[in-house]
Amino acid sequence: MSDQVSLGLSPERAAERVAESISFRKRRENRFLFLGKSAVAVALGFLVLLFAGILSKGIPGLFQHYVTLDVQLDAERLDPSGQGTLESLADGDFDGVVRDALYEALGGPTGRKAKRQARKLISSGSGQRLMHHVLDNPDQMRSKVALQFAVDDDVDTFLRGLISRDTPEADRRVSDQMISYIDLLQAKGRISYEISDYLFFGSASRDAEMAGIRGALVGSILTLLVCIVIAFPLGVATAVYLEEMAPKNRFTEIIEININNLAAVPSVVFGIMGLAVFIVIFGMPRSIPLVGGIVLALMTLPTIIISSRASIRAVPPSIRDAALGVGASKMQTITHHVLPLAMPGMLTGTIIGMAQALGETAPLLMIGMVAFIVDVPSGVTEPGTVLPVQIFMWADFAERMFIQKTSAAIIVLLAFLISMNAAAIFLRKKLERRW
Amino acid sequence: MQLEESSRMVQTTSTLEARTIPDSTLGQIHADNPRMKARNVDVFYADKHAIDNISLDIGSGQVISFIGPSGCGKSTFLRCLNRMNDTIDSCRVSGEIMIDDQNIYDSSIDVVLLRARVGMVFQKPNPFPKSIFDNVAYGPRIHGLATSKVELDHIVETSLQRAGLWEEVKDRLDQPGTGLSGGQQQRLCIARAIAVSPEVILMDEPCSALDPIATAKIEELISELREQYTIVIVTHSMQQAARVSDRTAYFHLGKLIEVGDTKQVFTNPLHALTQDYITGRFG
Amino acid sequence: MSLFNLVLSVLVIGATFFVFGQRAAAGQQATGTIKLHSRSHYHGMWAAITSTLPALLILLVIVLGKNLLFQHWASHFFPPEVAGGDAVDRAIALAKITNVVDGIKFGEVEPWVQSAGEAWTRWESDTIIVANVLVLGVSLTGGLLGYRRISFKFRARNHVERILTWMLIGSSTVAIFTTIGIVLSILFESIRFFKLIPPQDFLFGLEWNPQFEGAERAGSGGGTATYGMIPMFVGTFLISFIALAVAVPVGLFSAIYLAEYATLRVRGIVKPLLEILAGVPTVVYGFFAALTVAPVVKSVGESVGLEVASESALAAGLVMGVMIIPFISSLSDDVINAVPQALRDAAFGLGSTKSEAVRQVVLPAALPGIVAAVILAVSRAVGETMIVVMAAGLAANLSFNPLDAVTTVTSQIVTILVGDQEFESAKTLSAFALALMLIVTTLALNYYALQIVKKYREQYE
Repeated sequence: MSDQVSLGLSPERAAERVAESISFRKRRENRFLFLGKSAVAVALGFLVLLFAGILSKGIPGLFQHYVTLDVQLDAERLDPSGQGTLESLADGDFDGVVRDALYEALGGPTGRKAKRQARKLISSGSGQRLMHHVLDNPDQMRSKVALQFAVDDDVDTFLRGLISRDTPEADRRVSDQMISYIDLLQAKGRISYEISDYLFFGSASRDAEMAGIRGALVGSILTLLVCIVIAFPLGVATAVYLEEMAPKNRFTEIIEININNLAAVPSVVFGIMGLAVFIVIFGMPRSIPLVGGIVLALMTLPTIIISSRASIRAVPPSIRDAALGVGASKMQTITHHVLPLAMPGMLTGTIIGMAQALGETAPLLMIGMVAFIVDVPSGVTEPGTVLPVQIFMWADFAERMFIQKTSAAIIVLLAFLISMNAAAIFLRKKLERRW
Repeated sequence: MQLEESSRMVQTTSTLEARTIPDSTLGQIHADNPRMKARNVDVFYADKHAIDNISLDIGSGQVISFIGPSGCGKSTFLRCLNRMNDTIDSCRVSGEIMIDDQNIYDSSIDVVLLRARVGMVFQKPNPFPKSIFDNVAYGPRIHGLATSKVELDHIVETSLQRAGLWEEVKDRLDQPGTGLSGGQQQRLCIARAIAVSPEVILMDEPCSALDPIATAKIEELISELREQYTIVIVTHSMQQAARVSDRTAYFHLGKLIEVGDTKQVFTNPLHALTQDYITGRFG
Repeated sequence: MSLFNLVLSVLVIGATFFVFGQRAAAGQQATGTIKLHSRSHYHGMWAAITSTLPALLILLVIVLGKNLLFQHWASHFFPPEVAGGDAVDRAIALAKITNVVDGIKFGEVEPWVQSAGEAWTRWESDTIIVANVLVLGVSLTGGLLGYRRISFKFRARNHVERILTWMLIGSSTVAIFTTIGIVLSILFESIRFFKLIPPQDFLFGLEWNPQFEGAERAGSGGGTATYGMIPMFVGTFLISFIALAVAVPVGLFSAIYLAEYATLRVRGIVKPLLEILAGVPTVVYGFFAALTVAPVVKSVGESVGLEVASESALAAGLVMGVMIIPFISSLSDDVINAVPQALRDAAFGLGSTKSEAVRQVVLPAALPGIVAAVILAVSRAVGETMIVVMAAGLAANLSFNPLDAVTTVTSQIVTILVGDQEFESAKTLSAFALALMLIVTTLALNYYALQIVKKYREQYE
């Protein structure tokens, strides 16, 4: 056979040609590697950019400026009927008392115009803040106490240096008179920059300096509670049925197809379904965490089912055989052996699903959780909002301070998400057994 | 003397564990006209010492077979000869392997050039999911061996002819290589290796996934290829080693125990371990 | 009693029956030499299930069904012209009644609406009493009946296990019911929409200008309403295309680098970092796009003399691309790793450089999987909502220019359905028709991708 075959290239000739090609191919190799490295660099660069953008705006958003005023707690003005209850305090002139303390700190401005300018320095919620202070400290009545009040959001923005003194007065939201007052207060050391108590303990407000995430945070927690109470048992039960008991037939095939399809449905569609089914047909109220939780549970169900099935499948059959072999029933085998062994994996999947639910916005917009709700929801059937929706609403407001507050709220949301994911990773690393 | 020593060991020890492994290789590690020379080669996988101080010449125009029980390091050593172990992260190689008096592990050596000169055929046939033609043309294309389409066609045809596959596939060169039978796939892989015109072809148990008829064809092919190429073949079949190779090297636990002419190794082994292995006591 | 307290009471009753059931069974065993068929806690579980399960099911039916029943009853209050009118009239009438129930007042309330509203409020309070009595009664009766069956030969375990099995089966049907819920809710409203607007106008119309009917009637809406979905789909695919133009090269090359070049250590660091991008909520991306990226795109564009809309498709698409990078990279990483090592060995054995092996062997072999990943990414991009709601405009321009403001299917759905809606208006219903198109598109893309993946798996198995 080989006699008829011509020899083709000799090894020497071939080696020569390979050597000729080598520098060109080296260059191409380096170019390709460079592309790969730059792709990773670009992706990581985006990550850095995203986090740098949010942190640089959000960390200042965790703080805000306060002005310290010496307030004379005049019982006659604050509590005319003298009972010290919320109802009797409601008649008190808290705004006036704060205003007087402010005028005093400014050295007594005269004239209506000057006083109006002075009043614009502090938050319109200052009276409210004083009332809560009096309610909590009734013993301080009739004494003079130094209290901190939030400055107005425009003043706060000015103090951060985001409004320049050089801008013509007509173009800035802080007048010359106000600036001179601010300088005066600063000279007296009355202005401080501190962690914002409004951010964590305040509720939704159109005033940037008073806006807080407490209501949204409570709403998120309630919604997630509903979500987990529904999704976890349903997800685990479905996974157990499909993996351990289901016969291979048309019915289980339909279930599997449905689960896969649900995993692909855009989240906003779940919101539409929630609107049409739970609110329009079943007549449930809008904006409540119960409906939000149900919708999110249906949305995260595929995630939980898929990861639960994977961890059930990872339990070796020998364990089932051992249990069945000593006379345990199928159900006993599952509840005593398979479920405990698969639980870490199931919990991991559930936490990831919950993290997904915590960050979800669009479906909750559909069921009306976007409403402006001041009260903190006290139960799953009270109207409320959630953190991502709060972020969405704040992002729409024009005041500069809202940008910082929004970023601060994003930091809080990301902190929750990262700790949930870290918990999932921890569970997977520490508890999951390798067979 | 060595013979006496080994026969004494056969007489005095009954368990394999008791046999001492010699510090140096028995037999003739040198070849008359060496194409490659390995000196004091050690290989580590992370902490595992996979190859322990092996020195061996690969003679030009010869077929040398590596035999030994599984896990003895014969495949690892084979993969050192064209630096295929580079693809494994945890693998470290020390010592020298020379081709034309150049150490292939030297930093100045381009691994691409080396592998173009030292080709390889693997245990399981691994044709690319491309057409038969593209499989064979792959090497010449990446290396720029053909200056024209005609030349490329010529290289593909001669390679397939030399691999003894031309008659079977000449009418379906555009069909996927994965559609061939196992034996045909392995011959396609040999043709693919030949197409680069290497000097040495390394074969890592090329017949272990094949049936006896396909194996016979590959063996026949190896005997024909020996005229132009230096061939190193790892095999678990002693019969195969005896049939196709000129020299045989016996590996045991990462050491090269003994090497010599195939006939001598099989009829008159120097070391008791070799004897045990070829007589089928273990392995 | 509130819903929560009622459920809690039922659970407490169930727990009590568990304790008593278990004691009863254990007691029977203690008194004699007889052996129980099932262990005592199964008897307890049996009693607990008979007391809680039927009661909770009844409660569920009441909670979900009461509204439908009230609507039916309320329709008896309709005056003849409403009762004889079409679905729109009846829906408006019902809305008026529920407004009275909720205490919302718009102007004059017709007497029949007022009386229906009062009746409805009465029904609500009556239902609460009925529900409390019924649920607690069923719970106690069920528990007692279950408790009385407990005896040493009662096969409690088998009964409990059978009920558990049925509960598992019931749980797994939730996925089916969810799908049915999605399909029906969207389909019905879409059909109603297509009765108002001919499907061909919707499917092929080049202009999108939805109007509330009130505005249209009053002539203040600025022209007639048009419902052509083409501008939105063009906008959606324009933004998705920009997103993929970012995500596919970056994601794919990252995957190649991580799978083929990176050391284990680098891979162990970079991979989780990329996953973080996938975990960032979309509302955060939207905020980032609207606040940071859009102004940058605008100023960069204007500095080179281009006219850029402040809510350009480019900004939304870029940020969406960043969101999709980890999606592409992790799916591609999986398929690249699934390419058998033997193929790489073959290429390296012939003297390929790494990039030659990747480009000519690994990538062609992984191509179907990568294509599937890209299709799945398109489906993600098409269904993505928050980024486009926050960063893309609402102007339904039919434009292929990435610097223009365009709108998308999802952002229109959100705009139409958030806030107050007019009942049965074509505008409200159009959101459902858009949603129908959206799920048809995403499911088709997913189906297609899965088919490719299936074929690809077969190739290597």
